[in-house]
Amino acid sequence: MSRSRKLHITDKLMRLLLVSAASTSVLIVCLIFLFLFKEAGPFALQPGLEKLFDSQWIPVSFQEEHFGVGPLLSGSALVTALAMLVTVPISVLVAIYIAEIAHPTEREFLKPFIEILASIPSVVLGFFGLLVVAPLIKALFGLTTGLTALTGALLLSLMAIPTIISLSEDALVSVPYALKNASLALGASHLQTIFRVTLPAALPGIVAAVMLGIGRVIGETMAVLMVTGNSAILTFSPLASVRTMTATIAAEMGEVPFGSVHYQALFWIGIILLGITFALNIVAQRVLKKYGMMK
Amino acid sequence: MMNNTADKFILLSLRLITYAIVLVIGYILFDIIKNGASALNWQFVSSFPRRSGAEGGIYPAIVGTLYLVVGTIAVSLPLGIGGAIYLAEYADQGRFNSLIRLAIVTLAGVPSIVFGLFGLGIFVLFCGFGPSILAGSLTLACMVLPTIIVASEESLRAVPKGFRDASLALGATKWEMIRTNILPYSLSGMITGSILGIGRAAGETAPILLTVAAFYLPRLPKSVFDQVMALPYHLYILATQHPEADRIRHMQYGTALILLLLVLGLSLGAILIRTHFRKKYRW
Repeated sequence: MSRSRKLHITDKLMRLLLVSAASTSVLIVCLIFLFLFKEAGPFALQPGLEKLFDSQWIPVSFQEEHFGVGPLLSGSALVTALAMLVTVPISVLVAIYIAEIAHPTEREFLKPFIEILASIPSVVLGFFGLLVVAPLIKALFGLTTGLTALTGALLLSLMAIPTIISLSEDALVSVPYALKNASLALGASHLQTIFRVTLPAALPGIVAAVMLGIGRVIGETMAVLMVTGNSAILTFSPLASVRTMTATIAAEMGEVPFGSVHYQALFWIGIILLGITFALNIVAQRVLKKYGMMK
Repeated sequence: MMNNTADKFILLSLRLITYAIVLVIGYILFDIIKNGASALNWQFVSSFPRRSGAEGGIYPAIVGTLYLVVGTIAVSLPLGIGGAIYLAEYADQGRFNSLIRLAIVTLAGVPSIVFGLFGLGIFVLFCGFGPSILAGSLTLACMVLPTIIVASEESLRAVPKGFRDASLALGATKWEMIRTNILPYSLSGMITGSILGIGRAAGETAPILLTVAAFYLPRLPKSVFDQVMALPYHLYILATQHPEADRIRHMQYGTALILLLLVLGLSLGAILIRTHFRKKYRW
């Protein structure tokens, strides 16, 4: 009786511990929002949130300081858009190749090898971009500097590849055999089946993969900090230097006085960034769930 | 005939695109290894930096990164594996558990620089740890937690249901069943996932930028409240902030190579562990 009782007490205790461990994730999410707003809060009163809508980001100035996030948003948007333009077609086609065409042994080599890309630290890729890609861009387009939106976009497209390939491949593999076999039975070729049946059926999953890829790209810090030139200007030119939201936080937070207006403005950028990635994440998860791909 | 030709062309294109990516990855690795190898020697990895990192070695940065890795493991593994066990073995489809799952998904999508801001706000400032190993480890632990939970839960769910039923039928309690019939068989998956998460933490720069990293310290840290140098931050500073950046490429490449070897070493270790355990346990 004593031993049995002890066992059941242990059982209940373990359950309690495990619930606590699992609840930590919820706690952390709440704390993230809480502390970002806590540090950012005073800015809303003085100088006021409308300052975030200025058209310039000039946080340190002998005249008037400006905390407009517009140039930073446009910098992030430009780099992200360019990156997705490059990575989406490539990643989806590679996913198709791996899921539908490659031999099993070939697949066994390709998947881990591409995963290596996900393992390379972003600061190493940024370093590679700085020394190899940037000079290439500079020479190719006859620029004064190779640190441009395009350079950052190429690196980010590389970084998004493993995410999009992995999830897109899952989506393709999840398409029921019945659909494929029906197409083949009607005389369609292997490729016709892939592009007209499998791909459309997998499209929701691929869309979700792309959205998660966008979140990954827009949230990247070190690579863009190192290779985009960090000019806080509003521009749509791929060959211009830009400053992203992430790079701004990383570059400036180490230098601002704690609690200053500049400091608070950087936290607001963090909130905006978190809001964007949160929204992308939620929508992507809803798509995955709706189409039965949630694990 | 037309279809055959078009099909062949498309197949060839798909293969070329795929292997182009493989080549790009290969070239990146080759570039880092080729240029980093010349800097690699015992002195480089065992001595302190001199002249602001322009000479000497990167020993304190290596030690610092390892300290952060250990600290991250100490915090995130218990929480991650505990959370995974709960989700896999206890959780039903209730609202609270849906909330937990939503939180995990949300955490996975948070940008690393936002974790840096969070770590700065709560650990460095609010808790009063200051920039320190403790603040950095806690921040990184929060960041890798979802990776560990997801990977661990998957490996738990991979264990056949029959294992559970057999154990319960013999009168074992829930925890007894988990401890003896589930954990041993899912351990390899948990370890693999955890190592991959830790590898990510080791290579991250943005969170430690704001919570722990220092560019130059004359001695190794003595407590968890001290700052440390770290490899990713060291690389960033050498490459972009150093006044002699153009003349110390070998130091930069050397640091990059060490960091890459550390992270890829962890990944390789994860793969080997998974392979080993797969052979050991079959059902």
